[in-house]
Amino acid sequence: MGRYIARRLLQTIPMLLLISIVLFALVNLAPGGPLAGYSRSRHVKPERAAMLKRQFGLDQPVPVQYVVWLIGNDWMKVDADGDGIAESRGERRGILRGDFGFSFRTREPVLEEIGDRLLNTIYLMSVTLIIVAIIAIPVGIVSAIKQYSLFDISVTTLSFMGQAIPEFWLGLILILVFYAWLDNPFTGEPLLPSGGMHSLDMDFSLLDWAKHLILPVTMGAVGWVAWYSRFLRAGMLDVLHMDYVRTARSKGLSERLVMYRHAFKNAVVPLVTIFALDLPYIFAGSLYVELLFSWPGIGRLYYQSAVKRDYPLLMAILIIVAGLTILANLMADIAYGYLDPRVRYE
Amino acid sequence: MSRTSDALEGNGVVQWEAPLRAHESMSTMVWRRFRRHPGAIAGSIMLGIIILAVVLAPLSPYDPIATDIPNRLQPPSLEHPFGTDQLGRDLLTRCLYGGRVSLAVGFLVVVITLVIGVPLGAIGGYFGGWMDNVIMRFTDAALSLPSLLVLILLSAILREIDIPFFERNNVLTIALVIGSLSWMTNARLVRASYLTLREKDFVTAANCMGASNLRIMGRHILPNTVGPIIVASTLEMGYAIMEEAGLSFLGFGIQPPTPSWGNLLSNAQEHLAKHPWLAIFPGLMIFLTIISINYIGDGLRDAFDPFKVLKQVGEV
Repeated sequence: MGRYIARRLLQTIPMLLLISIVLFALVNLAPGGPLAGYSRSRHVKPERAAMLKRQFGLDQPVPVQYVVWLIGNDWMKVDADGDGIAESRGERRGILRGDFGFSFRTREPVLEEIGDRLLNTIYLMSVTLIIVAIIAIPVGIVSAIKQYSLFDISVTTLSFMGQAIPEFWLGLILILVFYAWLDNPFTGEPLLPSGGMHSLDMDFSLLDWAKHLILPVTMGAVGWVAWYSRFLRAGMLDVLHMDYVRTARSKGLSERLVMYRHAFKNAVVPLVTIFALDLPYIFAGSLYVELLFSWPGIGRLYYQSAVKRDYPLLMAILIIVAGLTILANLMADIAYGYLDPRVRYE
Repeated sequence: MSRTSDALEGNGVVQWEAPLRAHESMSTMVWRRFRRHPGAIAGSIMLGIIILAVVLAPLSPYDPIATDIPNRLQPPSLEHPFGTDQLGRDLLTRCLYGGRVSLAVGFLVVVITLVIGVPLGAIGGYFGGWMDNVIMRFTDAALSLPSLLVLILLSAILREIDIPFFERNNVLTIALVIGSLSWMTNARLVRASYLTLREKDFVTAANCMGASNLRIMGRHILPNTVGPIIVASTLEMGYAIMEEAGLSFLGFGIQPPTPSWGNLLSNAQEHLAKHPWLAIFPGLMIFLTIISINYIGDGLRDAFDPFKVLKQVGEV
């Protein structure tokens, strides 16, 4: 097991390198580059733009820029004052040493910009996923056990609908109904808040935080509840016709025991892999949620950085998310072996 | 009544039948089974209506682009069934023209994913060895890219470029961007089929008769993989339409004044409370299109894979 994990971790390295090269090339080969905004602006003289370019190291060839981004430039001379002569030693340490550079927009260290927002996104995603699990797992199981019952047919239909609803549209409709149309009968204020993580003018209150979660979590959860309940239903149906389930039944075990001890445990294992594969999509979905509900998370930060062409931030977020995805896949594979003793790693 | 027969008599279930009758071709079988799936038939009819309406969009008395300020922000009425937007343009007309964009993107993405995914999967699965290894690692890397984030990045970059045919993020650009990030399903699916099929006797036989690798891959194995590919492509069309709508919603896709379902929704945001129809109708169009496509995909899957249904009811 240890050897397997070590080998998989080693395989991650070339893959992340490949991904980072592709992404870096995409970002930096684009015409105009990050200073496109500057050079088009009439307020910035061409000399000033050229100076900025040298200061940011953007006059270097893209492969050199990549190396600097990766391992830093404190081993080479750089042109810190932008006068065209490389005289001082560089100060960047590269992402391998935890230096993701500075945001072009705010000039703050990228990691500081990301810090809290990553936590805010993880907070939103965790609550959403817990809700998804609480709803989807029982619904999927009961739906399979009572296949073709009224409950099952309604669930199947609803899950088709849930998967077809565009997330951003659902968000708009939720805001329309619960913010614009429905009022709180006691205070006359909108029933639910339409943005932010909490009210800005109030002290911490659990109720206030919870109220701010309802709409974003609903928006994020609907599609995934639909998908996972359908997936679990199909998995249960596969398992229910396995020989070992028949054996368990013919041994005279109670139906309850057969379902939960023998069937459910086997049906839920593939969910682990699917979930790891879904992570980037769950993350992407949270981008729409964060935008619509002004949630100060990493998805919204990415969107703002894309609009402003803040390349160091874009690269950092892309690499972090890709790295987390690969890590999640690895953890899913390990968990798989743990949950299903039939799986062997050589 | 036994469990099994209970299941078979249920609502909307494909009834048990021999998967393939004597003297019946694959396509007849698929059609026979597809017809039995009520969701798939309803979906086909709905999608047919949407496609027809979208194709006939020019018959509308209104122009999708020209503004008509005196008639701005009219609620739905007989003259304007979906109402009008803040520039007085008929929303139904714009939804129909937007549908042309969305469906075209969906269709093009399917073509692109086929062109990239099928050959890669076929080569990897058929030849195996280091080629397979390289292709699959490449596929894995592409799968771990956060696709929406890369989509945003690519569109943001491409909208600055002035290449002929690619100006201002038109349909082809968006389709290329989405397609370049969605071929992995096809590649994996095709590889898996080739991996099992290349061991079959008919491949050995073709090999003995001196058929070239290319011929075996194209003429002998490929037809056997058509089922899963069709199913995956149908579902892919739904994803692609959703992704285009999302990108346009974010402002990185089709640019106004050209309407697309996504940018119509994006435009509706600021008028949400007072003029909700602007948000309701374009979203409804996306919803109906995708749910139809998903039901068709579901019907096709059952039709192409009788054993799956049989397995679920315990007959195999």
